[in-house]
Amino acid sequence: MKRDELILPLSRPKVGVQGTTGSWRIRKPVINYSKCIGCGICWLYCPDSTIDIEDTGSRFRVSIDYTYCKGCGICWTVCPVKAIDMVKEV
Amino acid sequence: MARLTLTGNHCVAHAVKLARVKVVSAYPITPQTTIVEKISELVDSGSTNMKIIRVESEHSALAAVYGAATAGLRAFTATSSHGLLYMHEMVWWVAQARIPAVMAIVTRTIGPPWNIWTDHHDVMGQRDIGWIITMAESNQEVLDETIKLFKITEDPEVFLPGIIGLDAFILSHTVEPVEVPDQEIVDSFLPERRQPYVIKSGEALVMGNVPSDLLVNFRMREGVHRGLRNAEKVIERVDLEWGKLTGRHYGGLVECYRCEDADYLFAGAGAWVGDMRIAVDKLRDIGLRFGVLKIRYIRPFPYSRVFEAVRGRKGVLVFDRSISAGSAGPIFLDLTTHLYSSGLRIPVKNVVTGLAGFDIGYEDFVKIGKSFVNEVSESGWITSFLDFYP
Amino acid sequence: MPLTIRDLAKEKYVLPGHAACPGCPETIGLRYVGMALGRKAILVIPAGCTSIIQGLMPGSGLAFPIINVAFASADAVASGVAAAKEVLGEDSVVTVWAGDGATADIGFATLSGAAERNENIIHICVDNEAYMNTGIQRSSLTPIGAWTTTTWKGKTEPKKNMPLIMASHGVPYVATASIAYPMDFIEKLKKAASIRGFKYIHLHAPCPVGWRFDPSETVEMARLAIETGIWVLMEVEGGRTTISPPSRPYADKSRRKPVIEYLKRQGRFRELSDELVRELEREIDEYWKLLLKLSS
Repeated sequence: MKRDELILPLSRPKVGVQGTTGSWRIRKPVINYSKCIGCGICWLYCPDSTIDIEDTGSRFRVSIDYTYCKGCGICWTVCPVKAIDMVKEV
Repeated sequence: MARLTLTGNHCVAHAVKLARVKVVSAYPITPQTTIVEKISELVDSGSTNMKIIRVESEHSALAAVYGAATAGLRAFTATSSHGLLYMHEMVWWVAQARIPAVMAIVTRTIGPPWNIWTDHHDVMGQRDIGWIITMAESNQEVLDETIKLFKITEDPEVFLPGIIGLDAFILSHTVEPVEVPDQEIVDSFLPERRQPYVIKSGEALVMGNVPSDLLVNFRMREGVHRGLRNAEKVIERVDLEWGKLTGRHYGGLVECYRCEDADYLFAGAGAWVGDMRIAVDKLRDIGLRFGVLKIRYIRPFPYSRVFEAVRGRKGVLVFDRSISAGSAGPIFLDLTTHLYSSGLRIPVKNVVTGLAGFDIGYEDFVKIGKSFVNEVSESGWITSFLDFYP
Repeated sequence: MPLTIRDLAKEKYVLPGHAACPGCPETIGLRYVGMALGRKAILVIPAGCTSIIQGLMPGSGLAFPIINVAFASADAVASGVAAAKEVLGEDSVVTVWAGDGATADIGFATLSGAAERNENIIHICVDNEAYMNTGIQRSSLTPIGAWTTTTWKGKTEPKKNMPLIMASHGVPYVATASIAYPMDFIEKLKKAASIRGFKYIHLHAPCPVGWRFDPSETVEMARLAIETGIWVLMEVEGGRTTISPPSRPYADKSRRKPVIEYLKRQGRFRELSDELVRELEREIDEYWKLLLKLSS
């Protein structure tokens, strides 16, 4: 950063702009794949875009990105078949 | 080229049209109204291709101009007095975002009480922000400088917005003969719109979220200052370019009238510089060698040019048409700061006058000039640095 | 054909690791904006939670073109952007994403001006019913009885009815939406993007921090607002009012859940008197009567 260069108040998209969730998360969602029906509802409502979705044809395969999941538990409350458990972080 | 008789406000409108401004947004306030009325007339008559956003406030006027300019187009607004105060937040936003745009300020005093006559409190209140500010003496200068401002503000060395200031009624509503350049001349002078970035769909560019590194933010602020300092040489260069095309040179940042052999200088900005010229002639008739230092650009403040102009004089009288209440007139403050730090010791006195539109003419400048010479001769210095006249 | 999850774009416009609180309704809403408008969107964002949610420069947790702007200026900035894009022939959807303060309070004159001029923009009011970003102060969209840090005994005035105020401007499109009904919201956004002129969408967005509920319950709370009838999904298009499918069952008062089921789960209504609860029930009923009259 030179003093005479034009510095503009601009930003570009960045995953993890605010860092990783780290150690403050007190609980995390765990998908019970034996119960999961692959409806994708948890992906639809996740406020953090930390549920990834893959279309396998007949159903969706969902997985959780724990690096950035904040553990809010919305996926747990919206799951129509209770296939997500909230597990205490140690 | 056409020779027309135009008011200062109509000069602004013609300049905006000639600069091929694409978006104009404004809210009416006396004495700015006839600028936008004329522009609307030009648009409605089909003689120019421009969008006018007739907003509900001045805050929105500059906001809309900012939006259009950020999105990639040359944009313009005009206001005055309370309107300018109301848009003050956006005045900051545009400059700190480094978005070139041009605004005309028809300088008018601020209430209460309600008063529509000229003084410079409105425009001087914007001087710390990062806008280029030029003050015109004549309607021809209003037209020329408005066109030039588009080139200066869009120069990559600058990338900052600019204000053309013209005194209420004295210029805004008074007709003078004006040479209006042909469109081809202006087209050959003004390049295509340039700006540091454009916000457009499909490109995830984000302007203005919270900075992580406050030193970077610090440098942005510093950069606005540096952009204005860079503008000095751009202003001088553009003045020469315009002079070559039209024959009208103004001297760039400052203009000197009968300064060469002057013992004393008047310094000031705006329409009353014309009265100062007459006063200088009258004073010289009685053997007092005065000259006028016309401060054409308030921002960037032309430190070096001012220093060169006042060096070796017996005294300088700085006229301000506004007061930084509790301190002194803003032009005086800028001028003396630099003289002091360069070690130049000459008597400089501030006369604050013409506030609230109180009319003063060349006779007043003659009277003040005489009394200044007496003061300096008798005391060897000045007895007070700030006088209100009358 | 109603939208299904399979129809929705999977590209991320809200990036993991942004700066929103856990359970934030605004990022849920912004994801739907991305799904509906995609790469045509240009967001104009006045001061509010989303100013912060983007995270720190030189990064951004939101992958849209964004102009952050002064609080009261958003719809005017958007007017300028839309005018410029029209001149430039750029196919974009200029969208203001504003909170309840920037919509109904400090930004109201600017919004009303842009609506009256019928600017070709979408204004989304993401309504979390208080000034959350500055620490939960009351706004004109805070409901009666709600605790905030400036109404310790509960707000004494009712919530201003912004959707009807905007409909009274005679703009081509006004709609309400809820973060609990994404397909409804996305369809409304797509429709808004296809209409020329001013579009207003009021998005109900329960905030766990400001409303005092567990962050896992954000979507449930938004759904309860619909099921109790305190928030109604509807559209006003070309002057015609229509109740949207998710709210239609609740036109029948007997199918609505008692409003207390919504209120009792939010800490902000802890001190609410029985009398105020009855008052709210009455207001809900009156509002429904009005809407049914308008939509008949």
